[in-house]
Amino acid sequence: MEAALSSEKASPLESLGKRADPTFARRILEMCGENVMSCYQCGECTAGCPAAFAMDIAPNQVTRLAQLGLADDVLGSSTIWLCAGCETCATRCPRGVALSKVMDACRQISVAEGKVTKKQADVLKMHEELLRQISMFGRVHEMSMIAAYKMRTRRFLDDVLAGVQMFLKGKLGLIPSIVKGRKEVRELFRKG
Amino acid sequence: MRYAYFPGCSLESTAKEFNDSTKLVADALGIELVEIPDWNCCGATSAHNLDHHLSVALPARNLGIAERMGLDVVAPCAACYNRMRSAEVELKGNAALRDDINSKLEKKYTGAVTVRSALEVFTMPDVLERLAENISRPLTGLKPACYYGCLLIRPPKVLGFDDPEAPTSLDRAMQVVGAEPVDWYFKNECCGASFGLSKAEIVVKLVGEIISNARKHGANCIVTACPLCMTNLEMRQAAAGKARGEDLTMPVFFFTELLGLAMEVPGVKKCFASHLIDVNPALDAIGKEPVAAES
Repeated sequence: MEAALSSEKASPLESLGKRADPTFARRILEMCGENVMSCYQCGECTAGCPAAFAMDIAPNQVTRLAQLGLADDVLGSSTIWLCAGCETCATRCPRGVALSKVMDACRQISVAEGKVTKKQADVLKMHEELLRQISMFGRVHEMSMIAAYKMRTRRFLDDVLAGVQMFLKGKLGLIPSIVKGRKEVRELFRKG
Repeated sequence: MRYAYFPGCSLESTAKEFNDSTKLVADALGIELVEIPDWNCCGATSAHNLDHHLSVALPARNLGIAERMGLDVVAPCAACYNRMRSAEVELKGNAALRDDINSKLEKKYTGAVTVRSALEVFTMPDVLERLAENISRPLTGLKPACYYGCLLIRPPKVLGFDDPEAPTSLDRAMQVVGAEPVDWYFKNECCGASFGLSKAEIVVKLVGEIISNARKHGANCIVTACPLCMTNLEMRQAAAGKARGEDLTMPVFFFTELLGLAMEVPGVKKCFASHLIDVNPALDAIGKEPVAAES
């Protein structure tokens, strides 16, 4: 034990210290009002998460990494982009942490710092396209939103048949409904 | 009873039958819905994912217009309801944010009106009573799996409607119209929501689990109150069935369609034409001797 402590090799904890961003948990708190430090790692969030099977780190690991200040591990994870926002974790957390809101904050920091991985860029593109629609029309025109998303992600052939079926059923109209007060709506995109 | 009506973008498009059936049923129950003039999109999932301020500001404009109308809002879409209600709670509790957003709005929101879902309004005790009085064709033999999903019941601190783990409102409405809702395990599980577009494989897995469980418990249809649940359950059931090696063909209804059907509201049957999955197998079961559930 003593030998290990006096070893010249850096301990894993030391390297963790170098990578750690001690402000991360506070930034999350300021953005969304949720304190990840309250988490005691019971794992209830992960147990109930419908998308956990597809994530690279488990939801409870997001809070643990955030407590340790390991921001990059969280911001570059697939997990923050595979959270569907179903609010199950927020409903069940015995410590009252709404992890769903922490996920929102982490997504926003990840975008601001350019840490979104290529594999998850499709989720981001879909959200950006939806917001672009709102800033243009004031509403979302589902037909053009889907078309624009497909252009941006080059996924032309996904679900073509379902799209045609929806169109034939009159579920995808050609003409967008445009809000008269769209200038006012656009103002809302401006902060401050 | 009068409400400011917020249809939202999906009800203008992929869920137009939810829009039509909600209006028809409200009319039949004597609930007047006045559409919020020039309403804008609530921002849905995307605004709260990418820009918290925007996720409050977009609903605020609609809330301001509704407040000028002097009417509480009813939003049938689960996501619209959830986002507008979240914005309402945040605006009521944060004066600085409210003032900031109001400074950009022609019609200000001071917190004088509230937001409800169509499920909440149609399952109020007096509305259910009126519904019961107006049933002319009880839906005996229909065994719906009542599917609440996520955003109509969670997070309970914000919504304060029904029980987030064991919700019953939709089941009660189905009992009133004479259907026999089944007990099952997936009533409040997530369908994958907007991943239908960006991560379809997630939705295929979740939809498979949901429909498989509904079938195991003897359901002959699923009833929902959410446009995204409807799209995912209808659009992904074939792929989900293939992936699980099970027959997962399952008609899906908006709950308002079934209320309208039981009251024989003229025009409500037209809604069925825009479904992607044939609803006739479920409709054919109505009025016949109920078959015992598979054990």
